[in-house]
Amino acid sequence: MNQLRRAFLKNAGAVGSVAIAIAAGLLKPGAAFAAAWNSLAFTAKELTDAAKNAGYGGATESSDIQIKAPDIAENGAVVPVSATSNIPGTTSMAIFVEKNPAPLIAIFEFSNGIEPNISTRIKMAKTSLVRVSVQAGGKNYTNSREVKVTIGGCGG
Amino acid sequence: MAEAMKMRATMDGSVADVKVLIQHPMDTGLMKDKKTDKLIPAFFINQVVATLNGKTVLEAQWGVGIAQNPFLGFRIKGAKPGDKIGINAVDNLGTKYDGEVVVA
Repeated sequence: MNQLRRAFLKNAGAVGSVAIAIAAGLLKPGAAFAAAWNSLAFTAKELTDAAKNAGYGGATESSDIQIKAPDIAENGAVVPVSATSNIPGTTSMAIFVEKNPAPLIAIFEFSNGIEPNISTRIKMAKTSLVRVSVQAGGKNYTNSREVKVTIGGCGG
Repeated sequence: MAEAMKMRATMDGSVADVKVLIQHPMDTGLMKDKKTDKLIPAFFINQVVATLNGKTVLEAQWGVGIAQNPFLGFRIKGAKPGDKIGINAVDNLGTKYDGEVVVA
């Protein structure tokens, strides 16, 4: 009797703590998204604030970051951009559009043999520098390229 | 919601070239609905994780500046034909989008 009660209490405790862990967001069912979304960096309105909050402040200019983008984008709503870092030990990459209402576009963290190379399509409100920054070996590097926009794509 | 995602992975030398297309409006929260003149609330995919045979290779955070129906291309060194590449994405309202493709 006593033993049964003890087992029951033990089980109840275990189930309870799992439920609490899920509720607290510690154990997410399905996919695990490790880092929380960096709202501070993504809502920043100035490039310097966005870069600093995303962890890419004080970056050194480097031509080892290659940015592919059109010189002139007719439609700012869809601008193809791809970036490659040739800096050894690149662990992450961020894409910024200096003159967008929210300059930080995306952050990518690399692991387990993926190449530091990303292609995507971004929105541009107007003609601006597209800036790609990377973290490598504890240091930040950055490069930029101007894209002229004839029709803006950010509701502006 | 696999139907919202299209994926392709092909070998390019010793590197798997992966392309992902997700259907999503990616509303910025800055645009007005032309009929009602009210702001359309922000609605966008904000986190994407890519895995190779279950192991994370790429973790992305996105803002509203990613274009509608997002495209993502990346390259995985050392992947082989038959390897499984998975994508898990979630938007700011918590809707999840999953996809998987075998490297061809």
